[in-house]
Amino acid sequence: MSESLPYKIVIGLEVHVQLATKTKLFCRCSTEYGNAPNTQTCPVCLAMPGAMPVMNREAFQLGMRTACALDLQIPLFTKWDRKNYYYPDLPKGYQISQFDLPMSEKGTLYISDPKGRFEPKDVGIIRAHLEEDAGKSMHDEANGKADSRIDLNRCGTPLLEIVSEPDMSSPEEAKAYLEELKLILSYLGVSDCNMQEGSLRVDANINLHIETKNGKIATPIVEIKNMNSFRAVERALHYEAPRQYDIWQETGGVIGEISKETRGWDDSAQVTRAQREKEDMSDYRYFPEPDLAPVTVTEAQIAEVKASLSELPQQIRKRLQADYKISEYDAEVIVNQGQATVDYYEALVSKVNDGKLAANWITQGVLRILKEQQIEIDAFPITTDRLADLLSAVQNKEIDTTRAKDVFEKLLESETSVADMMKEMGIEKVDDSAIDSLCRELLEANPKVVADLKAGKQQAVGSLIGQAKKKNPNIDPGSFRKLCLEIVQSM
Amino acid sequence: MSLSREDVEKVSLLSRLKLSEDELVVMTDQMSRIIDYIDLLSEVNTDDVEPMTHAVEQFNVFADDVVHQSLPRDEALANAPKRDDECFHVPAVLGD
Ligand SMILES: [Zn+2]
Repeated sequence: MSESLPYKIVIGLEVHVQLATKTKLFCRCSTEYGNAPNTQTCPVCLAMPGAMPVMNREAFQLGMRTACALDLQIPLFTKWDRKNYYYPDLPKGYQISQFDLPMSEKGTLYISDPKGRFEPKDVGIIRAHLEEDAGKSMHDEANGKADSRIDLNRCGTPLLEIVSEPDMSSPEEAKAYLEELKLILSYLGVSDCNMQEGSLRVDANINLHIETKNGKIATPIVEIKNMNSFRAVERALHYEAPRQYDIWQETGGVIGEISKETRGWDDSAQVTRAQREKEDMSDYRYFPEPDLAPVTVTEAQIAEVKASLSELPQQIRKRLQADYKISEYDAEVIVNQGQATVDYYEALVSKVNDGKLAANWITQGVLRILKEQQIEIDAFPITTDRLADLLSAVQNKEIDTTRAKDVFEKLLESETSVADMMKEMGIEKVDDSAIDSLCRELLEANPKVVADLKAGKQQAVGSLIGQAKKKNPNIDPGSFRKLCLEIVQSM
Repeated sequence: MSLSREDVEKVSLLSRLKLSEDELVVMTDQMSRIIDYIDLLSEVNTDDVEPMTHAVEQFNVFADDVVHQSLPRDEALANAPKRDDECFHVPAVLGD
């Protein structure tokens, strides 16, 4: 689709992920979300004089796991630095972050689209580093000049900042990157990735490359903030690209001449708006954090972390396709639901020995119910044992797919076994002689249909199937149809 | 003078300090002298010295991820110049 555009879009993403620790990065205050304001603070996170930060071992481990999963290189020495700026939600007047020696750098993330909207590619990751979060400032807009209120519960919570190369060339690619990153993080269990609670935040950098008569130019970079969902990221980028093109056509302003601008996404108006610059804020005067000891890592430790990683989404997709002969699309749908759904699928396949059948019932049946009932697969009422019994009944032609779907719906509301449920619903396998006599009976009663069938109009058999189902709802339409056609042919 | 008046103005802005004309003159002089003093170090021959990334020869100081008691809220807020029962108060912060 980008071929028709008069420009090439260049997107880089900065993602802040809250790591799933129980305590903050440099003190042992709880990181639990949603508690009363300022009930999770101590001298360290309040920046009392003399208080000393101590690194959370678990936070560093989770950072290492993430780095390994993203193919990032982990240097054997890493340290922390002070990033200096004044803001009311930052009591120390600096954020402890990492500047020149981050804990990991140079990785990649593979993205693809089963719908084929873009070519698969490896997106480069510049670095992932460990830093602390700021507090929260709340301002009552209606109250105009009234004070802002500050809650420091979140202050000092561990974040991993993951910075991509500007390797994405469409909003769709950007969204795919975010979805795959989130999926990897959830498979790793390093973050709950809850965007509503701020556990995953995205800033996007975007500009355009334009071919002109005088050579290639690039428009000034814009950083977009305030996007509260991946959909919002996609929409903001879709809005921003043509806006930059229009501005460039008007002003001719290019990168270097015009400094980077920060814009906020307004989701209700679906536009980006210029944000007030915190003047001169870009000069953070980083220097080494003297209160915090650097961390050294050994090759053995890195190898240990790598060995401990569970299978990652892309590996599982490939394996499911190879082992169970399912489509890339089905593999994508199942894997994107998370580990629990993959486990459910594999348990089901092991019982019915038909990867495609199991995939169909999960993607079209189970996942639909999960969505309707807003539940997770762990709470899904039909166990793999019961679903396998139902699918076996389908495989043995004891029941046709349409009636199996009715049984499926009933199974959702009871704990009855499949056999009992089928009995209760009056479903039983019709033996071949019964199908045979019903065929002959209906063919005799419908000479017009027989004539049509003889004339090659196979669809005429449909009306007989309808009548047969009325006489005996347990008739398997496939077997009935096949038999009718055979009888007519031999007549 | 190793520091210009503009440098000091910029640093004071970044530090959110408002300096008077007189203070700017004094600070420019004093800060320049500090910088010049530190500059003595650049005369040392460092050819055979490993670059130092940290002042303390100590590594890998970790704490376990176990929750400790936080401060009672009233104590956390005790030093605030302005507060309510739950929060610190600061002059309005607009447009995040
Ligand atoms: Zn604390």
